[in-house]
Amino acid sequence: MSVAASRMAGERAGIDLWLETAAAWLLAFVWVLPLLYAFWTAFHPPAYSTRFDLFAPLTLENFANAWEAAPFARYFLNTVILVSGILAAQFVLCTLAAYAFARFDFAGRDIVFSLVLVQLMIMPDVLIVENYKTMRALGLVDSIVAIGLPYVASAFGIFLLRQTFKTVPKELEEAARVEGASALQILLRVYVPLAKPTYLAYGLVSVSYHWNNFLWPLIITNSVETRPVTVGLSVFASTDQGIDWSIITAATLLTSGPLLVAFLLFQRQFVQSFMRAGIK
Amino acid sequence: MKTKRLDDATAWLLLLPAVALLGLFTHYPAVATLVQSFYSTPKGDRPARYVGLGYYRDMAEDPIFWQALWNNALFALGTIPVSIALALLMAVWVNDRLAGRAFLRMAYFTPTVLPMIAVANIWLFFYTPDYGLLDRLLGVFGRPATNWLGSKETALGCMMVVAVWKEAGFFMIFYLAALQQMSPALAEAASLEGASRWYFFRRVTFPLLMPTTLFVLVNAVINAFRLIDHVVVMTRGGPDNASTLLLFHIYEVAFRFWDTSYGAALTVVLLAILALLALGQYFYLDRKVHYR
Repeated sequence: MSVAASRMAGERAGIDLWLETAAAWLLAFVWVLPLLYAFWTAFHPPAYSTRFDLFAPLTLENFANAWEAAPFARYFLNTVILVSGILAAQFVLCTLAAYAFARFDFAGRDIVFSLVLVQLMIMPDVLIVENYKTMRALGLVDSIVAIGLPYVASAFGIFLLRQTFKTVPKELEEAARVEGASALQILLRVYVPLAKPTYLAYGLVSVSYHWNNFLWPLIITNSVETRPVTVGLSVFASTDQGIDWSIITAATLLTSGPLLVAFLLFQRQFVQSFMRAGIK
Repeated sequence: MKTKRLDDATAWLLLLPAVALLGLFTHYPAVATLVQSFYSTPKGDRPARYVGLGYYRDMAEDPIFWQALWNNALFALGTIPVSIALALLMAVWVNDRLAGRAFLRMAYFTPTVLPMIAVANIWLFFYTPDYGLLDRLLGVFGRPATNWLGSKETALGCMMVVAVWKEAGFFMIFYLAALQQMSPALAEAASLEGASRWYFFRRVTFPLLMPTTLFVLVNAVINAFRLIDHVVVMTRGGPDNASTLLLFHIYEVAFRFWDTSYGAALTVVLLAILALLALGQYFYLDRKVHYR
């Protein structure tokens, strides 16, 4: 290639890169626009909710009004109980099951494992009719336990941890066994510490999933004492038609706030966790 | 031999809690749904009785069911290719050394972190006739106010836009993960050979990303049938069922009209769709993709 030709190619690549950067930024702008709009509405007085004036006064009053108009403190408490309860139970159950699948060679293991994987396709989200009946039979309707119970044995978690446990060198386990450690001790001292990144990844995915889950909690709860924030928000936004948009938008940002702030602070971990959970 | 039996017992004990709950809330309800769909809904003092395929015959004549099925197909066909294409584009851009890639990544991914119901609320305002940002933007070009969510022609399309907005960033992550595992030597070799970026993408990157595309595709189809939070918040399936989806119809039948048996019969259809998807993935796609 002659010098002139290669310089021309270089210039063209430069223009291409410039165009691509511009397009990428345009898409990013379009992507954050609805959110920016929500922030504008929530932080300005109702009079400015659809009027764009750079000098419009900022206010937190919409958030205060929303907070007072519905028992959001209770909703937040419910969600925190729900999300941490599910996560703790998932960690225990999935760890035990994943260990059995990864390191024990028992009859019927592969069949049981494929039965577990069925849940990846047929999630509790679509089995609402029968699961409601089960909860009624168990006397659990309108309880936080009922929201979480169908999700506790998570095929995704079992699958993810099994993959990780399989990469642990068998020599480590044998060394521990020689020293007289029981199966449970081996699991807790050898496997769990080595799987920390997987726990973090799975934990973030699980927390954001259950913080955001809506349909099943909507069906199974019907009182302030059990509703998570998502259901609380929908009740708040739909019952009082007279409430203005500024307050509804403020409430919307309020309910997504903790996750959003956590995401913006720990962006790298979030993205890497989701990537890790996806690769396996 | 004794230790083998002991090992087996340990394994089953480890599995017991997870398998019991999984059976109770996944396998049992799936089977119970099928059984329930053959029995009538008990009402007051009238107990359930066997009705055979009665509910399925009702379903064949239920226009809302067909509308929901059709809408769901449109919804899947309309959202999945667009969100996958956008996700791929976003991933390539974020993976390249474009200026401000940290901001780009954040902008693309943020909708994923928000609850769908919050997203729906924000877009509800966005779509508000006259006052909403969309009408105000279009108003600049002299377009009259449109009742975006209130007209049959636009309601479902508006939902699709929301779904694409929410999901593209999520799928981007999987592509990004795959791109970062690709050897940079490939791109260097291609640029030495004088291949254009587009040629390289079409002949090298895209084929190598095929397993990721299929993984994303399966997830996208499941989501198209599983996620209806935005329907509940934005349109409740209206106007005139123009934006209803299959799971939303199930929800209405079972929990607003309390016809649980018909709800079960509708769920069987949904489960059949998901099972077909699983079988297709298992027998067809897995074989075509696992060349690496």
